[in-house]
Amino acid sequence: MSDALVELAGIAKGFGTGEARVQALADITLSVAAGEVVGLRGPSGSGKSTLLNLVACILEPDAGVLRLAGETVWQGGWRRRDLRAFRRTHIGFIFQFHNLLPFLDATDNVALALTLNGVGLGEARRRARELLDYLQVGRRAVAMPSKLSGGEAQRVAIARALANHPRIILADEPTAALDSERAQIAMDLLRRVAREQAAAVLVVTHDDKIFSRFDRLVSLRDGRIEGEMRPAEARA
Amino acid sequence: MNLALRDIRHNLGRFLLTCFGLGLLLGVALAMIGIYRGVVEEALSLARALRADIWVVEANTRGPFAEASRIAGDVREAVARVAGVVAAGSVTFQIVEARHAGGPGGDEAWDAERLRERAGEAGRQRIGAVLRLQVVGWEPDRPGGPPEIVAGRGIGRGRLEMVVDRSAGIPPGAMVEMANVRYRVVGLTQRTVSTGGDPLAWITLRDAQELQFRLTPPAARRALQGGGGGMPQDTVNAVVARLSPHARPDEIAGRIRQWKHFAVLTAAEQEAVLTRSVVERARRQLGMFTGILLLVSAVIVALIIYTLTMDKVREIATLKLIGAPDRSIVALVMQQALLLGAAGFAGGTALLLLVKDYFPRRVLLGPEEIAGFGLVVFVICLAASLLGVRYALRIEPAQALGG
Ligand SMILES: Nc1ncnc2c1ncn2[C@@H]1O[C@H](COP(=O)(O)OP(=O)(O)OP(=O)(O)O)[C@@H](O)[C@H]1O
Ligand SMILES: [Mg+2]
Repeated sequence: MSDALVELAGIAKGFGTGEARVQALADITLSVAAGEVVGLRGPSGSGKSTLLNLVACILEPDAGVLRLAGETVWQGGWRRRDLRAFRRTHIGFIFQFHNLLPFLDATDNVALALTLNGVGLGEARRRARELLDYLQVGRRAVAMPSKLSGGEAQRVAIARALANHPRIILADEPTAALDSERAQIAMDLLRRVAREQAAAVLVVTHDDKIFSRFDRLVSLRDGRIEGEMRPAEARA
Repeated sequence: MNLALRDIRHNLGRFLLTCFGLGLLLGVALAMIGIYRGVVEEALSLARALRADIWVVEANTRGPFAEASRIAGDVREAVARVAGVVAAGSVTFQIVEARHAGGPGGDEAWDAERLRERAGEAGRQRIGAVLRLQVVGWEPDRPGGPPEIVAGRGIGRGRLEMVVDRSAGIPPGAMVEMANVRYRVVGLTQRTVSTGGDPLAWITLRDAQELQFRLTPPAARRALQGGGGGMPQDTVNAVVARLSPHARPDEIAGRIRQWKHFAVLTAAEQEAVLTRSVVERARRQLGMFTGILLLVSAVIVALIIYTLTMDKVREIATLKLIGAPDRSIVALVMQQALLLGAAGFAGGTALLLLVKDYFPRRVLLGPEEIAGFGLVVFVICLAASLLGVRYALRIEPAQALGG
């Protein structure tokens, strides 16, 4: 599978020690190809966020192999020294909680991601406004995050994650705070990005209204992959 | 995009309040530096006011300020004859309780109200008030007299006249009473005080010797009179000499020392004696306290920066998540520390410059002191921010997750 952007093989992750030990993930093998939109579902505590954070190189696996964009990132230890630069250029992350910087307005929250990649401030702001318009929050462009509704904040966060055209897009319940119409719009946007930028998109969701928007749906239970279905095929 | 400034703007009220508090603290620290420098400066002002190149004092003493010194008045003539000495003069020093005796005209009844009016802005003067003066007796036309007269005139040969430091609050024309004798103030000097901060007052050597005599307790006075037939003996505390510009003070001092009867100090030695012995304790006391204040300021700046950083854990973790390099995060913490320091420094300095002249003793704050203090504050802030920087660099990106 040479065009797989995300490849996990035998990945395991536990938290804590002794009595308090939780095996959050065990023996996960999964890959997401360029242009593919994969959903992750499962009951609360099944390890969805943990899996996403491992792919985002925020958490370190205990075992297995993690390959991203064709590069072995973790195998018995981090293989890449500058994880932050890697994240900045390859990964767009949409958090379960929006995590906007409270002291920057909506536009600058998005523009910051661009300036960190060397885009000039003026150009970064222009592109940020475009993205916000596209996500239908353009009219809130100069609002501070504390003044945004949950859905608006989430869309600003999506704009930030997409700003640098990352090849790997990870989203933890991105539509939880959106009404169903906007949830569809957000998902369509992710699908479009996947297609146009040949990006791999991995989305954690509980929301069955958007299940149809995924190429594949992977179910987790107690840290293991329970099954996989293809809603698109099912529909066809 | 400057994150430090944006964050400050977002929490402006809190930042300003912190700056205000820090400004007060730094203002106090700067005041201590000014007081410290003022004490040292005042200690030297007495010796400098006399503009003497060498001091001839009693043998085996470091007088006349560090130790008592008495020498015969005619020593002056011997000193004046030494090659390289341009002029020499006898001087006496005594600290006297004086009384501001009000208006012009020694015997004339004075109307306090009218005098206050006349004194105008100097109405601060308290007629009848007792003040301590460091009285210098010198021979007019010889070294040892007052430096620049800033108001009125010099003494000339007039008897019972006085030139006094402006800080005494006595205007020219007013009378000062010492040991039941009234002296007329004819001129003012400024920034001439004793090591204890008392205003200097110059009177003629003859007046000073009589004053000395009157202030001597009766028993001792009778003993003095026994040999002298009613007139006070011609003793002085020191002979000061001015040298020709080409003369080397060390060399001339060495020559006079060979007479064996006197101790000799050059101007540099006199200043060293004054700072290292006369005000040494006060200097060390103030120096230590200034040091402690700076240390306290450093600790407080460090704590403030540390708390500011702790409050931003989530934001810093988010920055790391979206790939901000350490450089941006270090800049965020350090710039805030420096801005805080700069604002506190500016506030504290402005505050102190406003109030420094209301201190009873000199608070010496020149551009040098302020620049030096600014540098110290800068270094303190840099050092203090290291703690915050260390904390910020240890924040894990995963700390941005969760509620
Ligand atoms: N930092 C952590 N320390 C200890 N245990 C953790 C940590 N993060 C997750 N866990 C545990 O790992 C398991 C998986 O958690 P995870 O957050 O991945 O679940 P989830 O599927 O995202 O749940 P939810 O749908 O509620 O978000 C849970 O039992 C959780 O308690
Ligand atoms: Mg979760």
